[in-house]
Amino acid sequence: MSLLINAKPAHNTKSRTRKRMARQEAITGWIFILPVLIGFFVFTVFSVIYSSIISFTEWDLLTPQVFVGIKNYVKIFKDERFWQVLYNTAYFVIGLVPSVLVVSMLLAIALNGKVNKLTNFYKISFYMPCITSTIAVSAVWLWVFNPTNGMINTLLYAIGFTNVPQWLQSTTWAKPALIIMRVWQVCGRYMLMFLAGLQTIPATLYEAAEVDGAKAWKKFRYITLPMLSNTTFFITIMLIIESFNIFESVYVMTEGRPAGSTNTLLYYIYYNGFQAYRMGYASALAWIMFVMLFVLTFIQFRIRSKKELSMF
Amino acid sequence: MEFLKNKVGKIVFHATFIILSFIMIYPFIWAITSSFKTTAQLYNGNPFDIMPNPFTVYNYQRAMEMLPILRFVLNSLILSTFVPILQIVIASMAAYSFARLEFKGKNIVFLLLLSTLMIPGHVTLIPNFIIMRVLHWIDRYVALIIPPLVNGQNIFNIFFMRQYFLSIPKDLDDAAIIDGCSRFKVFSSILMPNAKPALATIAIFSFTSKWNEFLWPMIVMNSYEKMPIQVGLSYLKVAASTNRGELLAGSVIAIIPTIIVFLSFQKYFIKTVVNTGLGGQ
Repeated sequence: MSLLINAKPAHNTKSRTRKRMARQEAITGWIFILPVLIGFFVFTVFSVIYSSIISFTEWDLLTPQVFVGIKNYVKIFKDERFWQVLYNTAYFVIGLVPSVLVVSMLLAIALNGKVNKLTNFYKISFYMPCITSTIAVSAVWLWVFNPTNGMINTLLYAIGFTNVPQWLQSTTWAKPALIIMRVWQVCGRYMLMFLAGLQTIPATLYEAAEVDGAKAWKKFRYITLPMLSNTTFFITIMLIIESFNIFESVYVMTEGRPAGSTNTLLYYIYYNGFQAYRMGYASALAWIMFVMLFVLTFIQFRIRSKKELSMF
Repeated sequence: MEFLKNKVGKIVFHATFIILSFIMIYPFIWAITSSFKTTAQLYNGNPFDIMPNPFTVYNYQRAMEMLPILRFVLNSLILSTFVPILQIVIASMAAYSFARLEFKGKNIVFLLLLSTLMIPGHVTLIPNFIIMRVLHWIDRYVALIIPPLVNGQNIFNIFFMRQYFLSIPKDLDDAAIIDGCSRFKVFSSILMPNAKPALATIAIFSFTSKWNEFLWPMIVMNSYEKMPIQVGLSYLKVAASTNRGELLAGSVIAIIPTIIVFLSFQKYFIKTVVNTGLGGQ
């Protein structure tokens, strides 16, 4: 074989070996991505298509699937529970997103540029709740919110309150309780992301502002905030998705109670699919949730690109 | 005057942050010490009275009598060690292909894979559960091993590793290929050893996120002896409904390993989140 190749004119040999090598490279390339590709087609492409098919059927896994057209979607819009769940989700978005944004941004600004043992300790303790399991942490927070001798109410009693909230047992306070717990759990992560954003702001900007006599607020308003807008935008999207996906804390702390006031979209999907065995209905819910998230993200991207245009 | 102002500012800053840090870690400290309290002290005592009085391991004993907690821990330890290793192998192979090899359709495939990140897990939850049923994988470990290899997290790992591989000079593998190395050899003995920091980052994040994973294992695993700890904990909550002390003991067991991993690798964790934003749950 090699003899044959060697007998050919030199340039031909080169291009042939190059071709052979390129083919070999392509084959290796495909072999290396093959495991991921197979999994991608089964667990993502097929799943997404299959999920939309299931959403047009009625199916409890035991009896055969019945095609029912858009009945599930119609039913969802007439389902009072669904509107309550949607209201709860909106509540979580409006409660959680701004509070985490403000808390984590303030923490990051306060910690920015300070590197020593103590600030490192602060970072560690703020990040700690993020890496621990939400299931276990929620079980602990059941005690924090305990109306009689939980930490919060004990503190409230100590500073003189007598009419303390019943937290997880109360329809008005259960949602704020979950929000407080989530803010506590996730703000460390976003604080670190804001810190990353702050590090990219050139110090010369602040120096120039100081020369011009700008006060702290002005510096924050006209330098920090605009320079952080990328990070803020990204974190806002992540937080909205997170608010839609509140599940584990609800599963452990309230199971959607009291009176459905903490029922979230993901919990409702789980309940319909795996407790009531309404696979079609649950799939339709999942699609509605997906479309809502997609539209929300899309709108944010649009608003942002408009804002950027108007700046010029 | 300026000096004094600075000093006061510093004291205020540290005082505030020490209080805030205390709020962040107090639930953990409370959970650990209170898991050794008696039922009476748990239900009637002051939550700021941190020491158990009297000290008892009753909660742990009862929890372990109710459910095979140690078995849950063992399952979780094995799963959260081996699944990430498999994930890393699969992801870095694909990443190598995307970073270094030329073939038709590469970019389209890469974009397609990245689009998985846009699809939230709950859309594929039900169909994937049904796929598991059809394959008879329900209540078998394989259901916790194979699907995670192509979930959003691992697709992100591919992206992450690809970026890292691109930062390693290509001359290294060209030289090796001229010396007659196969592509697989280039991947396994040149790129992988050079990507150790990236691999370590993925490994520690994958360990904690596997350890904390709940929804998927809860849906596909039914028998106690195969459950990971978080799922077991949710069953413990039902079993210990009358006395939450056992649940507290179980929660401490479920929290401790990630805290140990976190504290031993805290520099990695914090640096990674600050540098890449990686570390979403």
